[in-house]
Amino acid sequence: MSQGTLYDKVWDRHRVTTLPNGQDQLFVGLHLIHEVTSPQAFGMLRERDLEVARPDLTHATVDHIVPTADQSRPYSDDAAEEMMAEREENVRDAGIQFDDPTTGNQGIVHVIGPEQGITQPGRTIVCGDSHTSTHGAFGALAFGIGTSQIRDVLATQTVAMEKQKVRKIQVDGELGEGVEAKDIVLEIIRRLGTEGGVGYVYEYAGEAIENLDMEGRMSICNMSIEGGARAGYVNPDETTYEWLEGTDYFRANPGEFDELKPYWESIRSDDDAEYDDVVTIDASELDPVVTWGTTPGQGVGIHDPIPAPEDLPGDKQDTARRAQKHMRVEPGETMEGYDVDVAFLGSCTNARLPDLRRAARIVKDRQVADDVRAFVVPGSQRVQRAAEEEGLADIFREAGFDWRNAGCSMCLGMNEDQLEGDEACASSSNRNFVGRQGSKDGRTVLMNPRMVAAAAITGEVTDVRDLKEVQPA
Amino acid sequence: MSDPTEEIPEVDHVEGTGIPIRGNDIDTDQIIPARFMKVVTFDGLGQFSFFDQRFDSATPEESQREDSEARSASDRSSGQSPREDGEAVVDADNEKDHPMNEERFQDANVMVVNNNFGCGSSREHAPQALMRWGIDALIGEGFAEIFAGNCLALGIPTVTADHETIDDLQQWVDDNPDGEIEVDVAAETVAYGGQEIGVSVDDAQRKALVDGIWDTTALMKANEQAIAETAADLPYVGSD
Repeated sequence: MSQGTLYDKVWDRHRVTTLPNGQDQLFVGLHLIHEVTSPQAFGMLRERDLEVARPDLTHATVDHIVPTADQSRPYSDDAAEEMMAEREENVRDAGIQFDDPTTGNQGIVHVIGPEQGITQPGRTIVCGDSHTSTHGAFGALAFGIGTSQIRDVLATQTVAMEKQKVRKIQVDGELGEGVEAKDIVLEIIRRLGTEGGVGYVYEYAGEAIENLDMEGRMSICNMSIEGGARAGYVNPDETTYEWLEGTDYFRANPGEFDELKPYWESIRSDDDAEYDDVVTIDASELDPVVTWGTTPGQGVGIHDPIPAPEDLPGDKQDTARRAQKHMRVEPGETMEGYDVDVAFLGSCTNARLPDLRRAARIVKDRQVADDVRAFVVPGSQRVQRAAEEEGLADIFREAGFDWRNAGCSMCLGMNEDQLEGDEACASSSNRNFVGRQGSKDGRTVLMNPRMVAAAAITGEVTDVRDLKEVQPA
Repeated sequence: MSDPTEEIPEVDHVEGTGIPIRGNDIDTDQIIPARFMKVVTFDGLGQFSFFDQRFDSATPEESQREDSEARSASDRSSGQSPREDGEAVVDADNEKDHPMNEERFQDANVMVVNNNFGCGSSREHAPQALMRWGIDALIGEGFAEIFAGNCLALGIPTVTADHETIDDLQQWVDDNPDGEIEVDVAAETVAYGGQEIGVSVDDAQRKALVDGIWDTTALMKANEQAIAETAADLPYVGSD
């Protein structure tokens, strides 16, 4: 078993006891809740006559069902309105802070925690959402839970878990031009498989990770779950601390920053920490990665051929055949030139300010292809405001993109933003599962945000490095 | 505190008939598409299990409208567990080939699957939908972690075996839809067709199911003093 890693240290600090079933009971430092997976848990509490134990360590938002166009109440979708009303009632009764859209702080749960400074190193963070792994970018131990576990956390501020193994993913070298954090994580999943991380927590380390900004680290940790790992993290460093110092939380409590910093330093993995497994990747060899199939592990460099199913490991062949049929691609082809109908720039993976800035440099002074509908859904209202203030929204609008309000949107098609029929979508999101974007025949190609911008302009999957970047004025 | 009269059942074994669902990497978006999750309870989710694999219609409204008559006429017989909303949405024009649409598997309660089943989203709606369709246990090559945890929280075992073993079992279930399968969680075996195979059950899962301690709320609530002590030792808690 691992020793001396951040995971071991944070686990030990939060372990309350070992339960009779052999699981550890862990204290939860921050419980984030959204409107899809938690209302049933509040219902279970009412059935059992239980109260929310720590509303002060619970934080609510609404992201999955919010419309990104017309947000006037009541919402035009009755089901969405009912979920919103239920959310409002639950948080009001329990005294939980709720960033609803009138606050200016609403957004995707994995965007707002970090931007407000409540996502901190050395905390345990849970949410009824598999992309909770995102918060690991700050050196938190963060993982998704189910609704029955949400009930446990609401009632006790603890969760029952089994300790996992730790795999260090060492990413050496420098990223080439046009290659991003998203490409690193797509490559990791391609190599290790969608189930390769089951039973593991991923520690991302190495020069290429250390050189990433916090947003890039979040993109990587975000997709840990797509590789089967319930949690992924990066050890906190000066980049982390600089981010935290600028957040509301620590601007309001500057003394707390100095008080907590020794704790954050103490939970970093030791130099001689022991890992259950170590994998090394050379970032300098990477091209932009796009997916050709229907799992996030079915990725390929933009100029590399789509693999023949029979050349893949035995357990991957059948999935690959079905995926190639669904996507209508042939082995030996590249994804370059694959026609797209929709370009979606959004999601908890890639809808933060630097993502939008980089994409804006591609679309500036260009026009979205005639037959493409393209839209930008900022990760939060704060991202949205900042992008509007620095002129990014205008750049996107002038190029022919729709500029929307914050939410999960077409990443999973729970609001009006959905693929229709067999539309193909260049998407900065995290899952290309069949049906994921709202149409069972829809086709999703995952890629980094600049690649989405490029696909919007040309109407097909394009190597963004072939398009000259323009600096916004 | 939890209602002390509410007994948590011990799940040391599950008996019934099987249904094979083939394919690796079956994600929770397939098990229940997100558009059926615009609800504030889990009631009624059973009919949406594998919806897009089973039906051509795109929306629940559409399917419910099309199928309401057929559904009311086809009440499923009760399996081992009460199927509170497990009516099949039957409409021949609308149906696609899928085991859950086949008459011979309508009473199945043991699902036999391949590797990385339940990957993707953490939605408990997925095992809730399967449970409400009638599933009491899953046997597979491997399960995604959050999915397996969600199953445990509902008292549903997720037991594993290697590819050949699962492949054989799926074939047997196909050939013997009425054949009895017994999943012995405590002994880590599955008996079917006059043979017994070894399977693996995660240690904590086995103990939790067999001892009837898989509903962890009351178990953890009882440790309030230790919770408070752990929290007090954390530098970031308590100063609020």
